[in-house]
Amino acid sequence: MAHGPAKGLTRWLYTTNHKDIGSMYLWFSFAMFLLGGVFALVIRAELFEPGLQIVEPEFFNQMTTMHGLVMVFGAVMPAFVGLANWMIPMMVGAPDMALPRMNNWSFWILPFAFSMLASTLFMEGGAPNFGWTFYAPLSTTYAPPSVTFFIFAVHIMGASSIMGSINIIATILNMRAPGMTLMKMPLFVWTWLITAYLLIAVMPVLAGVVTMMLMDIHFGTSFFDAAGGGDPVLFQHVFWFFGHPEVYIMILPAFGVVSQIIPTFARKPLFGYASMVYATSSIAFLSFIVWAHHMFTVGIPVAGELFFMYATMLIAVPTGVKVFNWVTTMFKGSMTFETPMLFSIAFVILFSIGGFSGLMLAIAPADFQYHDTYFVVAHFHYVLVPGAIFSIIAATYYWLPKWCGRMYNETMGKVHFWLAFIGLNITFFPMHFVGLAGMPRRIPDYNIQFADFNMIASVGAFLFGAAQILFLWNVIATIRSGKPATAEVWENPEGLEWTVDSPAPYHTFSVPPEVK
Amino acid sequence: MLKRAQRLFAWLLGPAVLMMSHQSLADEVEHWGVNMTQGVTQMSQEIYGLHMNIFWWCVGIGVVVFGIMFYTMIVHRKANGAKASNFHESTKLEIIWTVAPFLILIIMAVPATKTLVKIYDTSEADLDILITGYQWKWKYDYIAEDVAFFSSLSTPADQIYNRAPKGPNYLLEVDEPLVIPTKKKVRFLITANDVIHAWWVPDFAVKKDAIPGFVNESWTYVEEPGIYRGQCAELCGKDHGFMPIVVKAVPEAEYLEWISAKQADAVALKALTEKTFTFDELYTKGEEVYAKNCAACHMANGEGVPGVFPGLKGSAVALGPINTHNDVVVNGVPGTAMQAFGGQLSEVDVAAVVTYERNAWGNNMGDHVQPIDVLKLKQGK
Repeated sequence: MAHGPAKGLTRWLYTTNHKDIGSMYLWFSFAMFLLGGVFALVIRAELFEPGLQIVEPEFFNQMTTMHGLVMVFGAVMPAFVGLANWMIPMMVGAPDMALPRMNNWSFWILPFAFSMLASTLFMEGGAPNFGWTFYAPLSTTYAPPSVTFFIFAVHIMGASSIMGSINIIATILNMRAPGMTLMKMPLFVWTWLITAYLLIAVMPVLAGVVTMMLMDIHFGTSFFDAAGGGDPVLFQHVFWFFGHPEVYIMILPAFGVVSQIIPTFARKPLFGYASMVYATSSIAFLSFIVWAHHMFTVGIPVAGELFFMYATMLIAVPTGVKVFNWVTTMFKGSMTFETPMLFSIAFVILFSIGGFSGLMLAIAPADFQYHDTYFVVAHFHYVLVPGAIFSIIAATYYWLPKWCGRMYNETMGKVHFWLAFIGLNITFFPMHFVGLAGMPRRIPDYNIQFADFNMIASVGAFLFGAAQILFLWNVIATIRSGKPATAEVWENPEGLEWTVDSPAPYHTFSVPPEVK
Repeated sequence: MLKRAQRLFAWLLGPAVLMMSHQSLADEVEHWGVNMTQGVTQMSQEIYGLHMNIFWWCVGIGVVVFGIMFYTMIVHRKANGAKASNFHESTKLEIIWTVAPFLILIIMAVPATKTLVKIYDTSEADLDILITGYQWKWKYDYIAEDVAFFSSLSTPADQIYNRAPKGPNYLLEVDEPLVIPTKKKVRFLITANDVIHAWWVPDFAVKKDAIPGFVNESWTYVEEPGIYRGQCAELCGKDHGFMPIVVKAVPEAEYLEWISAKQADAVALKALTEKTFTFDELYTKGEEVYAKNCAACHMANGEGVPGVFPGLKGSAVALGPINTHNDVVVNGVPGTAMQAFGGQLSEVDVAAVVTYERNAWGNNMGDHVQPIDVLKLKQGK
């Protein structure tokens, strides 16, 4: 089976190889990360000082909207699908994904979706300007004409995610090597299995809600138009029924990544493997019954308010279990602090801080003060940036030597880590303060009492952005001229992926390995 | 900006100095605004209490968990010659750290539930005020008193575009504040006319979404007279950041005086509808009305925002039949952002603004409308 990749552009266009597709997902995700980052920097530049300096409010709203959409659907989700593509077949001892042609299709529709979304910036009336949560009727009756392109872009992204998920589930359930029972699977595989089910459950809900918008805009229905007997609050219920599980879709695979990395560098097996699996499943279940905590101020009756408050607080329990397990895994280990470990430790600490502010937000009466302020912005950036993004970066450093057969530059990796770590804390920590002091989110200009912290946050944002250039540099330099890596790469890491050569051959596990 | 940068620098070096006196630390916290406001009502203070309570629980848990983490990171490192143990399971530990957080959650949920139930008790109010969110201003309707008015941003564009120094209440000031009596339970009935807004005054800890087709309820009871400021808290389009809320709480006697004055104003305004105005009077008045109500979308130069808000300069409506123009202003254009201004502006204001739009920016139609014509249109004649 000495059969390598095809040559030239068609290799990438026609490929059904999980490694090629994984790489394309990851590069695509990084491109979107930079694009979304540029949008974020426009926002931070405008907010550097009070007053309107750089952009008009109309364009500012387009930036907040596009930043959110591109980061959530373009950067974080495809990155995790890319990691799944690369790692799941190698982790379960399968030769490839179960449905390789669909795999090609689910990647290749993404560039079209995002080209369509990005093209709205150049349309008359501008890009979507109603926030990434696109609440009706601002996103229907009052939307710019480009909203239709936004709707179709979301449809395509959803189709891509659903196909990706089906593929992942089919691979995990059918293609494990003999002897690899479910409870022997690496935790990254477990978290992705659960995530894939979440995706299949909620992406159709998202497709439903944007289709209802399409109907309202073009075909005279009134799902969300009060004047026609519709209900603007219905939009929020449907959106958040998708939106809350979506949050966990972006964080569960991250849990999986750090659960792979911490044991390797603590040189000690993961503590509480079974409880990790149960905790992940509980979080996934709870994610379906907490959606209205995003809507504490819409005027739901007190009984509903209490239910959603209690259910939301309950999420702290399984999440806490995970954090305690990671800490105990480190305890009495023999730790070293290579770049992937640094990012993973920062993940545990900063994600916990995001979890704390999440717990505060769960208290419904207190949420009346927090809701729609910068405190919320601080909260979800703390769970998404050092949460999702840091875990993706950690995974890249951890598995890059396996992917390309070369070792990255450790010093540069550590510099990248510290710049990113400092930059993100300077950016997002002050947002807690301005939020508590009363600054609403999504405003292009603010009272002078918020000026100092906004200036600090803007400086941090540019530092964080600059640090990512170093990351790109390091990755490219590794691929081109890094030192050769061994098959194991790290010291006795656990998992089937370390039993194959570095770089991993184009086809791995054509003969299934034996798992004891 | 340079001054602010200097202050930032001083702040970064300053913590050591600050720690010396507790008082100056408290002052500094106040100055920098790092915490939630305690507010001026019993409810806002209870919410502040809940906030601090859960905050300290989080700090406590954080200190323990991060403490263990840092201890292990310092002690159990390979560079120090640490040998890895191999333990990886303990049902006892798992049960402990499942049950303990659960108990802490119950301790937090009990007071939160009590406060929430109180917040939801909107019964037995002394006064009802209907609040309606519009793009981008608030309408306050004293239902029983037959008094209603709009409240919109009064910060001049020169401050926003950095041509004039910014005042202390920059973006938190309005032309006409909401006035409420102290020591009375005031109930707010909150709704919206176009998109979703949210009415938020941090000092009262009242934040409620204003949703078209729904009427939400909230309430407050303010002890001390004062001026309290807030902002719209739900993204509502272009000028979401420019629709503040200002509430003036005054003793009851002063409130009653104010209400009577407002009622007298309304009668006087009604009388003006019968009056015939000259073209110049209408044009001058129209320019003011336009700046306050129309310029946000159609822009001060009448050119609108291409693709989003149509321009009026040389537009078919402004250069077309005068009755159609009147009709668009009074009844709006359904299914678009063009609101029906018939209920928002007086007959005099509508007449003035239509006159202005037909003659400004080189439209030069030369015609004008009298308030009585607008009244006839509103009455369907």
